[in-house]
Amino acid sequence: MSQEKLLEIKNLKQHFKLGRNNVVKAVDGLTFDIYKGETFGLVGESGCGKSTTGRSIIRLYNSTDGEVLFKGENVQGKKNKSELKKFNRQMQMIFQDPYSSLNPRMTVMDIIAEGIDIHGLAKNAEERKAKVYELLETVGLNKEHANRYPHEFSGGQRQRLGIARALAVDPEFIIADEPISALDVSIQAQVVNLMKQLQKEKGLTYLFIAHDLSMVKYISDRIGVMYFGKLVELADAEELYKNPVHPYTRSLLSAIPLPDPIYERNRKRIVYDPSQHDTSEEPEFREISPRHWVLCTSKEFEEYKKEKQNTVTN
Amino acid sequence: MEKILEVKDLKVSFKTHGGEVQAVRGVTFDLHKGETLAIVGESGSGKSVTTKTLMGLLPKPHGFVKEGSITFDNKDITKLKESELQKIRGKDISMIFQDPMTSLNPTMKVGTQIMEGLIKHQNMGKAEAREKAIELMNLVQIPNPEARMKQYPHQFSGGMRQRVVIAIALACNPRVLIADEPTTALDVTIQAQILELMKDIQKKVDTSIIFITHDLGVVANVADRVAVMYAGKIVEIGTVDEVFYNPKHPYTWGLLGSMPTLESDEEELFAIPGTPPDLIAPPKGDAFAARNKFALEIDFVEQPPMFKVSDTHYAATWLLHEDAPKVEPPESVKKRIESMDHSEEATR
Repeated sequence: MSQEKLLEIKNLKQHFKLGRNNVVKAVDGLTFDIYKGETFGLVGESGCGKSTTGRSIIRLYNSTDGEVLFKGENVQGKKNKSELKKFNRQMQMIFQDPYSSLNPRMTVMDIIAEGIDIHGLAKNAEERKAKVYELLETVGLNKEHANRYPHEFSGGQRQRLGIARALAVDPEFIIADEPISALDVSIQAQVVNLMKQLQKEKGLTYLFIAHDLSMVKYISDRIGVMYFGKLVELADAEELYKNPVHPYTRSLLSAIPLPDPIYERNRKRIVYDPSQHDTSEEPEFREISPRHWVLCTSKEFEEYKKEKQNTVTN
Repeated sequence: MEKILEVKDLKVSFKTHGGEVQAVRGVTFDLHKGETLAIVGESGSGKSVTTKTLMGLLPKPHGFVKEGSITFDNKDITKLKESELQKIRGKDISMIFQDPMTSLNPTMKVGTQIMEGLIKHQNMGKAEAREKAIELMNLVQIPNPEARMKQYPHQFSGGMRQRVVIAIALACNPRVLIADEPTTALDVTIQAQILELMKDIQKKVDTSIIFITHDLGVVANVADRVAVMYAGKIVEIGTVDEVFYNPKHPYTWGLLGSMPTLESDEEELFAIPGTPPDLIAPPKGDAFAARNKFALEIDFVEQPPMFKVSDTHYAATWLLHEDAPKVEPPESVKKRIESMDHSEEATR
């Protein structure tokens, strides 16, 4: 994996106004980088702001504050049409619900070719058709599917269509917002395998948003854990699962049920109590060991570090 | 063990424009007193239809029981009239639905919804029912029940709503509790709370639970026995340990293999290829044969019977026939089982 930054997110904020004196801080000061060719997993419970983060990055929402640099260029703020077009080609999204994210009145051909048409990527109708056929094959469907409508497909197949649509404009970066949570277990594995294979072939970078932690661990290189609009921990996938530091991460990990009855019988769940934190100062994001970041105060930082050294020496 | 419910060769079909959908194609199982039986399977495998039939909740007239019986209290549920069913439903057999957002009435106060069953089935007066409702809300650990009773469902979070649904289901001390994906719509930490709560309550009130889910992690957590369903049939049934540590059916292997473990670092997940068969015209032989790389010739001709593995463990695959070639589970599944055996030693 290269260390070239593809995406830099700096202090991203997304606040929603609800009435006069009520502001929901869905995303509240996120800062992280996504490297070229990696899969960055974003996990957290519903309402923690992980989907909002994805949607703000790709401009489905206008962010309240902060910057998103894609290859060093800010993608937030005012843009003219041609700038937007250029940016839209590089960044695409796969949505959670394959039932509502495909227009039921369009054929598969038109759904997939929409991006091709907008960006003028096909010179004539022949080429357009050929491109769509190729994309369908890439995602494991076939030509005959092109003239059908979305309702004729199963959930897994629709998610493949969603992936084909995202790939149509040759993006470098794909935001996948819970792409498998609406699918059956056996179909989930198919879609995840497909995404991994495409990443290898096309050198894609993914932001993978999910709440299924075991699948996130499987697909991601690095993982960020979100809690109430903030990142509380960020580390390499292995490291995060082996040595979780933040109490919230620990409680989240301890809550995943594993398909192992004996383990389950002996499982001890850790309950997260937000009041256990040191409140003497504003917590900051600090690097506790190389590439492992935790949201903590300076006092907690020392404690976590000590704890960590102990576990390493043991 | 005392049998509380006996399902025998149950077949349920739906009439549609395209033809008759054979959603359940011969399901047989017993439910013992005080146990939790998990039914796992993909969408369309017939797990929800099976339990809806147990409750007499099939959409009539296009959904109907074609064959088989469900014996409860020496009565065949499939033959009961609606009025007789109403006496059982919610009293002896009750249900927790998947989506707590839609299974409560949004225009009724939560307290009234809990009291409804008590007044109807237990002939309680209003005051008595109110007291019992508060007791139930305490049981499912809803804080401040007196105030919460007067609120409406939209004022509750997802996890709290599911607690209300559980309280309603438990109101009349049912002997059988059917939980249809009760935690699928919830977050992991809330899911863990609800599962703990259900296990806790089961100990207190000694009810039998049929737990429907597609999450094998949840199964490992709650179940005593597991039935794996595919295309309207039970393909493997046994105690949790038997099914997780000694699975025999290739479909069970596929299910276990398609979930990544937290330790695993394989390049590719073991995915089951293809999609489930169309149940309007189910295949002649084993319904799983077309997706099964271990399929034998006979799989395409004749449906396998249930082969006995142990007194409690059965699987419907020709691979267990004495003439069948010896087939080992795929590498990834074996590795997973080995890694789990390892954890077993560590905890002992």
